[in-house]
Amino acid sequence: MSVFVLRRVLTLLATLVGASVIIFLVLDALPGNAAQMLMGADASADAVRALTVKLGLDQPLAVRYLQWIKGLLVGDLGNSYVYGTPVASLIAERLVLTIPLAIMSMLITVVLALSAGIYTAANHNKLGDVGVMSLTQIGIALPNFWFAILLVLLFAVRLQWLSAGGFAGWDDGIWPGIKSLLLPSISLAVVQAAILARVTRSAVLEVLREDFVRTARAKGLGRREVLWSHVLRNAMIPVMTVMGLQFANLLAGTIVIENVFYLPGLGRLIFQSIANRDLIVVRNCVMLLAAMVVIVNFVVDVLYAFIDPRIKVHDL
Amino acid sequence: MADPATMPLIEVDNLGVRLNTSRGPAQAVRDVSFALKRGETLGLVGESGCGKSVTALSLMGLLPDSAIVTGSVRLDGRQLARLPDADYCKLRGNRISMIFQEPMTALNPMHTIGHQVAEPLRRHKKYSAAQARREAIALLDRVGLPDPARRVDAYPHQFSGGQRQRVTIAMALACEPDLLIADEPTTALDVTIQGQILDLIADLVEERGMSMILISHDLGVIAENVQRMMVMYGGTVVESGPTDEVFRRMGHPYTQGLFRARPKLGARKGTRLKTISGTVPELADLPMGCTFADRCPLVIDECRTALPPMVDVGPGHVVRCIRTDVSMAANVGALPA
Amino acid sequence: MSAQLSTPDDAPVATRFLPARTFWGRALRHRSFVLGGALSLLVVASALLSLVWTPWPPAEIDIASKLQPPSAAHWLGTDSFGRDIVSLLLAGARSTILVGIIAVSIGLSFGVCLGLIASAKRGWTEEIIMRFSDFTFAFPAVLSAIMLAAVAGPGMVTSIIAIGIFQIPTLTRLTRGSANAIWAREFVLAARASGKGAFRITVEHVLPNILSILIVQATIQFALAILAEAALSYLGLGTQPPQPSWGRMLNDAQTLLFQSPTLAVYPGAAIAIAVLGLNLLGDGLRDLLDPRLARER
Repeated sequence: MSVFVLRRVLTLLATLVGASVIIFLVLDALPGNAAQMLMGADASADAVRALTVKLGLDQPLAVRYLQWIKGLLVGDLGNSYVYGTPVASLIAERLVLTIPLAIMSMLITVVLALSAGIYTAANHNKLGDVGVMSLTQIGIALPNFWFAILLVLLFAVRLQWLSAGGFAGWDDGIWPGIKSLLLPSISLAVVQAAILARVTRSAVLEVLREDFVRTARAKGLGRREVLWSHVLRNAMIPVMTVMGLQFANLLAGTIVIENVFYLPGLGRLIFQSIANRDLIVVRNCVMLLAAMVVIVNFVVDVLYAFIDPRIKVHDL
Repeated sequence: MADPATMPLIEVDNLGVRLNTSRGPAQAVRDVSFALKRGETLGLVGESGCGKSVTALSLMGLLPDSAIVTGSVRLDGRQLARLPDADYCKLRGNRISMIFQEPMTALNPMHTIGHQVAEPLRRHKKYSAAQARREAIALLDRVGLPDPARRVDAYPHQFSGGQRQRVTIAMALACEPDLLIADEPTTALDVTIQGQILDLIADLVEERGMSMILISHDLGVIAENVQRMMVMYGGTVVESGPTDEVFRRMGHPYTQGLFRARPKLGARKGTRLKTISGTVPELADLPMGCTFADRCPLVIDECRTALPPMVDVGPGHVVRCIRTDVSMAANVGALPA
Repeated sequence: MSAQLSTPDDAPVATRFLPARTFWGRALRHRSFVLGGALSLLVVASALLSLVWTPWPPAEIDIASKLQPPSAAHWLGTDSFGRDIVSLLLAGARSTILVGIIAVSIGLSFGVCLGLIASAKRGWTEEIIMRFSDFTFAFPAVLSAIMLAAVAGPGMVTSIIAIGIFQIPTLTRLTRGSANAIWAREFVLAARASGKGAFRITVEHVLPNILSILIVQATIQFALAILAEAALSYLGLGTQPPQPSWGRMLNDAQTLLFQSPTLAVYPGAAIAIAVLGLNLLGDGLRDLLDPRLARER
């Protein structure tokens, strides 16, 4: 167990370092002089040089990389090239929206997917199974931002129940905030849930074919009890793997969906920063998103060890 | 009502099972009848695909939903065939238990063995967790698992095949069932372990006064472990009788073929193992007459017209063959009269 | 009675003359393959058609006839610049397929090579390749596209590279997993025993045996690429105007959601049809090419 976790921690660290090097190279080294980019082609050489020194861009590459990493570890992400304010606080402002959005969509995804997946597996080849599976086939094909637009058309334009976009914030209590994240998180969740429901269904069906299910039935357990006490825990391993991988899609999805609903989250910050050539903000945002993906998948891997007693000996 | 001492524990009458297979509907079992008294043991023998396991699963009520069961199965006079699943659940693991062939996969890898042995106790006898755990340890001790008090919290992957089969036996016996069905309980085990497990089952059957149906493709296992035996072929019983009687005077050409085809210890090097020519018929595609006709050395035209009736050839010994006069003249059998 | 006795008369007329044993005979009886194939063909045909003919030039701006409802001249109406919707949809299929094909080719060539190498070499090589693919997973297409767009500016090439990179790890893992299973088989052992090297075994035994799995996955990856392309164009990171693209059309339509809501329906439906078609085709191919993979259906 501890060997397994240690191995995974080392992999995690290596992955994070690798990702940070790539991001640094692409977003800092590759573009050349950020000061030049910021000031435009017709800026005077002196002005560019002054800005270069001011931004610390005259230091060697390795020094700048190490400074960035050192800053990341203590939470100092440097200052925005454009606004001059700390990047950390810019990002923190936006995370208040993006993190609840991601969590809400993941929750909706899991609830929808597990109930649809378990329902269809328990009713294998019956009408309900075929119907729900056809729906998921369509769900997988929907681009999430188009689904979001359709939701806006229905709930904001036609029915006028919810606003078409914008974020109410958390100052007036939780409900206005949640209400403004409702359509965005549903549009993210439905498409992901369609995929996860299919994974859940085939995982459950796979386990239902196992010998130990028959053993459990031979002990006098009803179908429902066997499903809950014997099948689901075994089926959760592939389901969790896919959930971990989906989290990456979900974060990428928030960037798109925030644009559909004009939500001032991390995704919008990234786009504004690209437009402003504020590469230090882009770099830190991308690093943050990549780190979240990697860490979530690490947590999923470690959770296996708690779910599956065999992992201790198998040592992945 | 008859006297409970002489009334059969389980009485199967004209059992038939129709299954939906990938090759279309198939009559997997037809016209199977037998009765078993308390404490009696019965062996079912035959090649794979002959309907042994389907018969066993229909007694357990564990056939797929699409299966159609005809005829009757009575436990202490109560009709079990077509019983709703909820009622069947109260019997399974409680009055009828089953041991399966593959101990490696028959246990849930995610639960401790203690939990799995205690499950029927908690369910049928409403034991508390602590009570069930104590009882599970006692059961594991009885089936010969070393150091049960410590290993009760271990997971299946931490045991060998033989040990796992001991665990499944403990599980099947937890509620002291009246009938134990053992479906090829030793086939997947090492030869050295097979004898130990069979002895354990025999001891427990004797000790608890259970009835047992032992399913095997191995005539040797049947000969040593059961009082009566039934030979199945093509979904139906072709020969049935007291074990020593059947072994003394084998009536059906198929039984004789099985007997000749078994490997013998000390056979001269280079002796060919005798086989039965041809293959088992597809259940989806059974012939009209005797199911064995295509492989039978004694076949005549009449065999192919209708399923032969059971013929009495000795005390309690019946054979489904119209040519017993010829087949039994050959006097095939292990135990000379 | 038995399955063997069912006569060819039971089969639909269209398939009666094809024996059920041949690939096409089985394929034309397979519902999701037929439906998926038809939808995919529709999209490909639209793209090809747009090369030679569209009702109107797709990029032609005609402010005078903007936001027209469907009519005989403009079957699905016009957008806010007076461009013909049907023409835009047809030409949009072209961008979608172009980006999809190139991106999947990038993903396939890198992914399959890396997977085969990892499987053939094992040890440290495998470890490094798999860790590499692990962290490529941390960069969904949108994230790579953002990085590239921040440096090189948005455009079709940016989106192709970003989507291509995003395809690599999935294909690497799949190739390595399936190849490892082949390496464990007896006939590979026999080939090794007869002195063949890792490269020859990979080319002669491993690759042919995992080809059907790769074809199925490539179809699914194509669908994912189309979704990613649409998202990137929608965000303005992908295909740039005046080049028509479905994602871009959705972005334009969104600003007019209250005036002409139907504008937002067509391009999304086009994307969904293309993706649905490819997914169904992939499912069908999986059943037809490798029955062992299709236990579920």
